[in-house]
Parts: sequence; C-alpha cells; structure tokens
Amino acid sequence: MSMPFYVAPEQFMKDKADFARKNIGRGRPLVAMVYADGILICAENASKTLHKVSEIYDRIAFGGVGKYNEFDQLRRAGVQHADVKGYQFSREDVDARSLANLYAQYIGNVFTHEMKPLEVEILVAEVDSDATGDQLFHILYDGTVVDEDRFSVLGGEADAITARMKEGFVADAPLAEALRIAAAALGGPERTLAVPGLEVAVLERSSVGRAFRRVDDSEAAVLLDQPPSASADGAAEVASAEGDTADGPATPDATAGPEPSEG
Amino acid sequence: MTLPLFGPQHDPGPSFVDLLHKLGHHPLGQLSPETSTAPFDIRHGTTIAAIRYADGVVMAGDRRATAGPSIAHRAMEKVYPADRHSGIAIAGAAGVALEMVKLFQLQLEHYEKVEGQALSLEGKANQLAQMVRSNLAMAMQGFVVVPLFAGYDLRRRTGRIYTYDPTGGRYEETDFHADGSGGRDARTTIKLGWTDGLTREAAIELAVHALYEAADEDSATGGPDTVRGIYPTVATITAEGYEPASDGEVADRFASIVAARSSRGQRP
Repeated sequence: MSMPFYVAPEQFMKDKADFARKNIGRGRPLVAMVYADGILICAENASKTLHKVSEIYDRIAFGGVGKYNEFDQLRRAGVQHADVKGYQFSREDVDARSLANLYAQYIGNVFTHEMKPLEVEILVAEVDSDATGDQLFHILYDGTVVDEDRFSVLGGEADAITARMKEGFVADAPLAEALRIAAAALGGPERTLAVPGLEVAVLERSSVGRAFRRVDDSEAAVLLDQPPSASADGAAEVASAEGDTADGPATPDATAGPEPSEG
Repeated sequence: MTLPLFGPQHDPGPSFVDLLHKLGHHPLGQLSPETSTAPFDIRHGTTIAAIRYADGVVMAGDRRATAGPSIAHRAMEKVYPADRHSGIAIAGAAGVALEMVKLFQLQLEHYEKVEGQALSLEGKANQLAQMVRSNLAMAMQGFVVVPLFAGYDLRRRTGRIYTYDPTGGRYEETDFHADGSGGRDARTTIKLGWTDGLTREAAIELAVHALYEAADEDSATGGPDTVRGIYPTVATITAEGYEPASDGEVADRFASIVAARSSRGQRP
C-alpha cells in the first residue's frame, strides 16, 4: 500500500494524539492531592528504585506517567533548571508555574514538530504555607497545561480515577486519611493496592528549606493500616511503558536488564 | 531561560559545576594569568578547627575577617552545613570562600536530586578538592581558599575530617585539624587536650579553647567578644545531622576555660 501524498493536518495531529493517549492510558496512574499538612503524591509503581515522583526544588515536586526514560529526562532537566535559576537569582525565585510553562513549551514542540510525540504526562506541584496557595500543574502530551485545584490525576484510567477522587476528596485531611483516599481512587472498587506497589511522597507545608519527603513502605503500611510488607516478589523492576501488549515491539526499556517472565 | 535539555553525549550529569559551565557561567571566576597580586586588601578569614569525638565531629570557626591591618567584619560565619551530615569551614579570602561554600552546598544538593541518592562522604570530599583546585589561579593572586570538611559517615558510623591545601590536595585526618592564620596555635592546643572518645561537652570545650589560644597569638583571629555577645561558631555533626551549638552554650564553655585559668593562677 503506498503512502498517501497528502494527510490532512487534523488527521496527522489526531493520529499523534491518539498514539500518545493510548500509550499513556496503558500506564499506571498517579494522583496528587492537597491535604492538611501539604501535598500528597501517590503513584502505582512496582519499582522501589525507578521513581515516578521526585524532588525538583525546596517546595516543588515532580510526577510523571508514561514512558519512563522520557519523563525521567524531563525530571532531570527540571532539576537542572531549578538549581541554576536558584543559583542565579535566589531560592525563593524558583516556582512551579514557570517550570510548568517550560515543560509545556518543550512537550508541545515535540508533539507538533517531531515524528513521535512524548508519551508522557507531567505533574508539577508546589506547596505553600497555606492550602489555598498550593499549586498543581498538569501538563499533557501535547503541551496543554491545566492548573488543577485540590487534586490531579495522571495516566491510567484517568476519568474513572478522577470520578472517585471527586467523590472521596476531603479538604484538610490528615495524611493517613489522604493516603487512604488516594490509594482507593488509584486502586478502584475491585482492588486494594498493597504498599509495595505504591510510591508515596509528600511536600510538607511546615518545612523550612526542602519540603519533599518520601514516605517509605513501613510508614505507608502504618498509615494505610496494612500489615508490614513482605519482601518484594521476584519480578525485576521495570518502569518503562507499563502494561506491555502482546502485539507490537516492546518499547525500549529504561533499565539495563531484560524483562523476566512472571512467576 | 529554557529547559536545559542535553543530548546524552553532552549531558553534564549530576555535576552542578559542569552544568553551570555548559550554560556559560563561571562560578569561581577566571583571572588572566598575567595579573599580579591584587592591588586592594583582600578580606581574609582565619582560624577554623574540626575535632573528632565519640558521637561524630565538632567544627568551630572564629568570627573575625580582616582586610590588611583593619578588621573588616566582626561576626563572619565560617562554619556552614554542607548538607545534612557534613559541614564545611573556610579560611582564606572571604568573598571567594563564601562563593565556594554556596557552590559546594548546591553541588551536593543537585547531585542528590538528580541521582536520587546522596554522595558518599568521600565523594563529597573529592568534589570539594576539585573546587579548591579550580581556584588555584585565583589563589596565586592572593584569593586563596582553604576549606576544612568534616562529616558523619553513616556507613562507617564515625566522624571523618578532610583538610585541603590550595592546590586541591585532599588529606584525611584521623582525629583533628585546624587551619587558617591561627591554625598552628589551635592545632597545638587540641593536640595537648585530645583523647579518643571525648564527650560532646569536652569536644566543644576543646574546640573553643583552641580558638581562644589562636586568638591570643594571632591578630587576624577574633576571640570571644563578650561586649557584643559574639562567640565562635560551633557545630556538631552526628548521626542525627548537623547541629549548631547555641551562643549560650559556647559562652558557658568560655566561662569554664576562664575559670580554669584563674584557678591555675594565670590571668585570663
């Protein structure tokens, strides 16, 4: 079959958008929500070392879903940008909004001009001294920036998770309750997510200096009222396009080794 | 200012200093080799000390900065946390030294964020050596910076001390060290009072005593200023992290040194 001479721009863009959306939708989701003492970011992540949620700066955190090597590159660029900006000006001058705009610019550019769009969705969160000042920026695969309120959902079955969050969200919740709400939204009515499969981090409002803190498995287990976790199962830690399909080539892996079979 | 996106071959990795260079900044400055000594009095900072004790390390520094024969600053801070479990103390040209401290702190933080885990203590010491080395051209013109680096090694569960020379040579000291114009007097004082397994109070007192003796012999080192309430900066670094000692505690340690001298019949 020969290539068509002409592809309508709408069709071309739609194909790219569908491609990106499909691949992101297959990946595991991430939820961020404002709680009493700051911002909680919770992602479904089988890996203990390949993080989806990371620190960018004093009061700014990063979350990514989709293709690991693509959003990790964006994470590193974000840290590099923030540190240089803070060095050139001052630490207080580094903010989430301008970083979110830079991400949007770059991702949008790639979507329009490159052969393949980035299969990622990015979250940039900034905690304030008061909950009303907390910021959640959600950047989509095509460079759209959404300034979210109270909570933000990335990847996976975003619509279903958003509906659950809308229903379950409680303002000013303590950490344990916030984590319970987030984990329930991520898992859905059929599954209860166990702590080893969750990556949890917080930006703590009251911190002086660096507010980012990872919540380790034992603390998360206590907060979620789960028994202390057993050792992780034998599967190697892979955080590339999760949920691989039987058809089509496997997407290049971010980790060194090959993916072993389950069991 | 854009997102600094580098291709894999050009990425500066977790080094903040390399990132700055790639973006065209030259943090520790560049001086042409033809210039001779600076025509102005460079502000210098003076005696710093580090002592290993039972729980970790104590770091201390005096507060005086001089420019030629004048006192340029009475309350200069010379001891800073490098990160949670390490500290850096500086002697030499004050302006360049403070810039080096800031850059070093950023380097450690940057590495930790990019890599997802902190550098080992030895890695940190090495990074500082490279920074001192890159300052050699400036040092030759009188802007010398000699840091003292100490921290609590979480793997080995002990305090460790590293000293440097202007060429960036790095030397690990097992027990204690002091540097700056009053360094020799401070070292001798510590040498006479050091034993293995000192308590926190004893280690702080020894550090404070060392600075006191240095101030007594060296005009560029400041002693305790009871009139203004300015005392040496003292901090402990243990498994719990970097913790500055309060002015009140340092003042108490001086008081007991003075009392001990009086009881020996010496005039304080």
